[in-house]
Amino acid sequence: MSSSWPLWEVFVRGKRGLNHVHVGSLHAPDAEMAVRNARDVYTRRNEGVSIWVVPAASITASSPDEKDPFFEPSGDKVYRHPTFYEIPEDVPHL
Amino acid sequence: MSFDNAYESLIDHEDAHWAFGTGFTEALAGVDRDVPDVDRADLAAYCLMLGDDALVLSHRLAEWCSRAPELEEDVALANIALDLLGQARLLLTRAGEVEGEGRDEDALAFLRDERDFRNVHLAEIECGPFAGGDFATTVARLLVFSSWKIAQYSRLRGSADPVLAAVAAKGLKELAYHRDHAAQWVVRLGDGTDESHERMRAGIERVWPFLDELYAPHPVETRLAGVAVDPAELRSEVDGVLDAVLSAAGLTRPADVPAARVNGRAGRDGVHTESFGYLLAEMQHLHRSLPGAKW
Repeated sequence: MSSSWPLWEVFVRGKRGLNHVHVGSLHAPDAEMAVRNARDVYTRRNEGVSIWVVPAASITASSPDEKDPFFEPSGDKVYRHPTFYEIPEDVPHL
Repeated sequence: MSFDNAYESLIDHEDAHWAFGTGFTEALAGVDRDVPDVDRADLAAYCLMLGDDALVLSHRLAEWCSRAPELEEDVALANIALDLLGQARLLLTRAGEVEGEGRDEDALAFLRDERDFRNVHLAEIECGPFAGGDFATTVARLLVFSSWKIAQYSRLRGSADPVLAAVAAKGLKELAYHRDHAAQWVVRLGDGTDESHERMRAGIERVWPFLDELYAPHPVETRLAGVAVDPAELRSEVDGVLDAVLSAAGLTRPADVPAARVNGRAGRDGVHTESFGYLLAEMQHLHRSLPGAKW
């Protein structure tokens, strides 16, 4: 049966989180059941207040083979980090 | 505020012993536990009826642990079983408290014999994973049971017993999910393949004879007007829900042929079906072999 049920990726937003975060995957026959299964599998310990499910087949991922050309070039661009500003002491929430 | 991991956002550092979410609440915190001015034996008996319904179905659903068709469904059925077990604990505790003979929830769950259980037969019959059914039969039973309990609990919220009213209010949210879960499956299986349709039809047929008992008032319920719900009132509401789900599933309502009673008596009178003794043996043997055993 598992072989015929598609895989879904599950994203949960916690009570104090502002964004949905990937928590894992599961099998379900369709989107409605996937949301319910996600509720049962991933929020039974009070983890969340909102759930997204996405068919795993709909996700296009970067390839591990492309890791170096994709990510290594940013490794030495320290000037892209906003660490060169003087932050005044009296500016809150920065 | 954002986190790399959903769980990180939930860790409350003052409650470090919890792995994930915190902020748990005690189910009946702040509820008045005074006993209303009714016959205490009747009220205790009524609490047992409701508590046994939840306890026994919880055990039947727990039998699916590790045997459900999918891991996800295994967890779903176990969650539902645990919701019902939570309701049973509150109700049996109340039964013992009202009775006033020092019996706690464990004494009532594990040390009563078959004839002292007051659950309806629908909760106890075998609907799979062993004899008596399959997954479709199990969701058929869950659909009927949760639709009936929702009708009962929504009226019980107005009970003159503050504890029963609070248990009902809490339980309704859980039951709404149980009914939704069951209905989703009844529709998918009924409206699925020829094989799934046939199994769903057989599942509905299997549980249908046990509906009649759900609406039969017991003398205790009749005497407790204002505290207890009159089950005869529930039939039209439950019928409406079941007809809607069956129709969406492409299934037809079976003829009403009530299961036989023994001299007019059934589960509410302590008369049970053959498999019930085996259920109790499994449920009670640990506590009886090792009294007071704890995890």
